[in-house]
Amino acid sequence: MSELKVEVIPDGTVIDHIPVGKWLKVVEILGLTNPNGGTLLIASNVPSKKLGRKDIVKVEGRYLSEEEVNKIALVAPSATVNIVKDYKIVEKFKVAIPDEIVGILKCPNPNCVSNHEYTKPRFRVESREPLKLRCHYCERTIEWDEILGNL
Amino acid sequence: MDWKGRDVISIRDFSKEDIEFVLGVAERLEKELKEKGSLDYARGKILATLFFEPSTRTRLSFESAMHRLGGSVIGFSSTLGTSVMKGENLADTIRTVEQYSDVIVIRHPMEGAARLAAELAEIPVINAGDGSNQHPTQTLLDLYTIRRTFGKIDGLKIGLLGDLKYGRTVHSLAEALAFYDVELYLISPELLRMPKHIVEELRERGVKVHETTNLEGTIPELDVLYVTRIQKERFPDEEEYLKVKGSYQVNCELLKNAREGMKVMHPLPRVDEIHPEVDKSEHALYFRQVFSGIPVRMALLGLTLGVL
Repeated sequence: MSELKVEVIPDGTVIDHIPVGKWLKVVEILGLTNPNGGTLLIASNVPSKKLGRKDIVKVEGRYLSEEEVNKIALVAPSATVNIVKDYKIVEKFKVAIPDEIVGILKCPNPNCVSNHEYTKPRFRVESREPLKLRCHYCERTIEWDEILGNL
Repeated sequence: MDWKGRDVISIRDFSKEDIEFVLGVAERLEKELKEKGSLDYARGKILATLFFEPSTRTRLSFESAMHRLGGSVIGFSSTLGTSVMKGENLADTIRTVEQYSDVIVIRHPMEGAARLAAELAEIPVINAGDGSNQHPTQTLLDLYTIRRTFGKIDGLKIGLLGDLKYGRTVHSLAEALAFYDVELYLISPELLRMPKHIVEELRERGVKVHETTNLEGTIPELDVLYVTRIQKERFPDEEEYLKVKGSYQVNCELLKNAREGMKVMHPLPRVDEIHPEVDKSEHALYFRQVFSGIPVRMALLGLTLGVL
């Protein structure tokens, strides 16, 4: 019965296994509130065998690319993505941290130019385990605690 | 590597081959300059120097380098009297100035400003210092000075002294020295130690690194002692500055234990960390180091303009 809480979509993208409470951030990062985007179905705090509780986002009529969805890897590293066509899953993948993070995370260095001028903050991934990013502008490296605080 | 149009933003963007190439061109230009007095490779070209922060050596040496290449210079040495005072943003300043010039040199108090300027401008941009981040042309002239003095960089034992925490010159110099087979002695008060991530990176890249607070005991080991000023303006808290102010002073007494031929370098300006009596000793290399700014910056200007 729990499956029926979130309507099945005939065509589109299902982002599953999002950590509880992070659906809004996922929607924001992927720009899914765009009025030209497809219908959004959201379920939050759904029981999950893997995570205990999870959020799910379904986007009807839009097929998000792997590269596009990877943008959410910092907020939802456990997320899985299903591309649905004609009620069938035609592609399935787990999100992965891309080599570059653009426009999602603010640089924690108050003297970084990206916090003062009109430009998108950009970070290069220096290491995935443990996660370490380097700001494209000020070249300062940041680690997990600071990353979380600036998302 | 095609240098025409290339930006010079961070020493991290350079390979060892890039560094060696620039140093080689600088050496050639220094010889030519000695023979001919001035050169005309950049005739008709205009350099814009945008100094949002005060500087003596860097600005004057870029201007002198451009004049010696036969080019001309426009620019400002403070934001007073510019549209920045009216609230103009960096992007608009850069897009305006690039209409008037062929190459831009920028110093800015914000970290990353030079990188952003380079992304906005179609013409080459050279970083002359962005906050406490990078000062790549200083690093290149430091390496040039060492190579011209010792005929090599490999095999040297180099001490970096003073403010290793906030000093951008020692950060990028250490990163560049990691390309060479050198041994590094990091000498500083506990409060001003080299950031851990830089020390780790140096060790990962195979550099033998010693961290110490003991200058006197380390002096006899060194071929080069690179002294830095403890920069009051970089401290977030004046109390922290007062704890370390005047921690070290290099004087002739201390240098009695130095090896023959050991050289003292300093990016300047100095305050009290090198006693003026050292200036006349065989150890003083800092004024020769200032001169190195000319051939190195001539090389960078000429290469990025595509006239060399």
